Amino acid sequence: MSADTHKKTRPFKVDRDAVVWHGRYEKYDLAKEFLISFIVVCILVAGLAVVFGSPDDTPVTVKSWSTNNPVDFAQTAATELDGTSGLAGYGPPYNLNGTAQSIGPLAPAKWLGVHHPIDTANDFVLGPLATLPNDPQVQAAVNEYKSASASQQATWTTAYEKAVANATFTNGKLVVPAGDYGPVATLIAAETALARSGGVDGALLSSRQFYGTDYTKPLLFIADGAYLANLADGQHLSGSQWGMMNETGQYPGQAWLWLYTLWYQVPPMKTSSNADLQVFSLMIILTALLALVPFIPGLRSIPRWTRLYRLIWREHYKEVENHGGSGDSGSPPQATDEVRTPVTA
Amino acid sequence: MTIVDPKTGRPDQADLDKAAGRPEDADQWTAKIRNRAVEALPPQKLLPDRQPAYVASWIYVFGVTTIAALIVVIGTGFVLALFGPNWWHVSSTGLFVNSLHLWSVEIFMFAMVIHLWGKFFMAAWRGRRKATWITGIVSFLVSVGAAFTGYLSQQNFDSQWISTQAKDGINSTGAGAIFNVTNFGQMLMWHIVLLPLCIVAIVGIHVLMVRLRGVVTPFPAKGETPGGEAAAVATSGAEVQA
Repeated sequence: MSADTHKKTRPFKVDRDAVVWHGRYEKYDLAKEFLISFIVVCILVAGLAVVFGSPDDTPVTVKSWSTNNPVDFAQTAATELDGTSGLAGYGPPYNLNGTAQSIGPLAPAKWLGVHHPIDTANDFVLGPLATLPNDPQVQAAVNEYKSASASQQATWTTAYEKAVANATFTNGKLVVPAGDYGPVATLIAAETALARSGGVDGALLSSRQFYGTDYTKPLLFIADGAYLANLADGQHLSGSQWGMMNETGQYPGQAWLWLYTLWYQVPPMKTSSNADLQVFSLMIILTALLALVPFIPGLRSIPRWTRLYRLIWREHYKEVENHGGSGDSGSPPQATDEVRTPVTA
Repeated sequence: MTIVDPKTGRPDQADLDKAAGRPEDADQWTAKIRNRAVEALPPQKLLPDRQPAYVASWIYVFGVTTIAALIVVIGTGFVLALFGPNWWHVSSTGLFVNSLHLWSVEIFMFAMVIHLWGKFFMAAWRGRRKATWITGIVSFLVSVGAAFTGYLSQQNFDSQWISTQAKDGINSTGAGAIFNVTNFGQMLMWHIVLLPLCIVAIVGIHVLMVRLRGVVTPFPAKGETPGGEAAAVATSGAEVQA
């Protein structure tokens, strides 16, 4: 034992200390074990890739959404315009219009505030329509809407949102039951036509710079509609179907997220408006417990209580208990922090 | 050559002196670091060819299998990175490499979880191995993050759905302000640069910790008294377990 090592006497704690191994050492070829493991993994991976491949379902675009379900698109666009959509009332980090999730007085989303500002009316509707400067009817409607009072805007959009639920799409045009919607009908019809041409996708991506890798705006716009969620539901991906741990098709997905997803299926999180924060907090606590289990009395005794270790080390215990020795030198076991290294010559 | 003193289980001083180089260089920081490293992990301890007799279970294979799978994950990810994020959507070869990447991740995570629970039921933190356990848990957590950002970087329907669902959980903690799951560019960089570096570093530390402390010994057998109240617990000067 080196000079800086000293002995300290204290009781042996079976869940904390390990006995010194005085027994025999046997040949163990780590390099060979690694190579065999690597080859087996390669064969397994190649076999699974050949047989099952990997999913690659086409992403939804604003164009495909408005083409395949123009009424849902028009409804969503109207709620983005008047600020009643899910995103418009979300809160941080997108805006200050919503109530951040909280546990008691703690609402962490508020702490860092708005970092990805989104004004749904301007970003999703009025902004893209501004890319049509040569359409005087649309620009007149934009100007009329912008110059109207907030209460007037609300009257128009509320009436439109009720009516658009009964809209049809005929001969390439959105047909909404007649009513007093002010310029809103013109705006949403133009927005729908622009979306179906792919113009809204382009407007949302190129709004800041030529090169772009941030899809926050188009993704959040698409997620506000029912189209994406309906497609996901058909692919067993919605929240009640254990949600995002799955992936399209019959693939294992992120099975390791099972515990995180589980909490969304049980009360009170199942129906709570603060479910995300509650589940995240719970997972942080459980993860901390797992990481710190060596320090937690009771938890660190579970392996000894379950006795599964006897299955893992069954040969060792068979030898010890059948032959009255552990194959070691017979010296009394000591609790130690050190591990003997085999001597080679 | 005797590397380890059979009486103390520590490296032979003569060998350490030889490895230390010239005596006049002993004060060099470089020489000190080398000496400390060689003392802590001499070659036979770093890459042993013997293991205690109790290391005889299939459960021990899963640690090595996890590393083998990690190498396949990194290799296939390297090929995907070589040709860019759009390649696998438009090329059958690219799609196959993506499939290899996906299944290697599945096997990596499977092997890691089996390894983790195996070590849990062996109470592998016993005997100054707490840091080994904790680095293992951190490796698992970072791997979950790496896999998650991989799903977000696929540029397909799965990415769209997972990102728009996951944003609520991330945003609720406040982390959404700086970790935007709907920002493809940010998620891709986390997936192919930051988190792989973290995984390799933490797994490397974890493996070194395993080699430093060795494989945990079994719980004492029935009738085997590990010293009782008077047991002497050897502790280094740097760390005292009380």
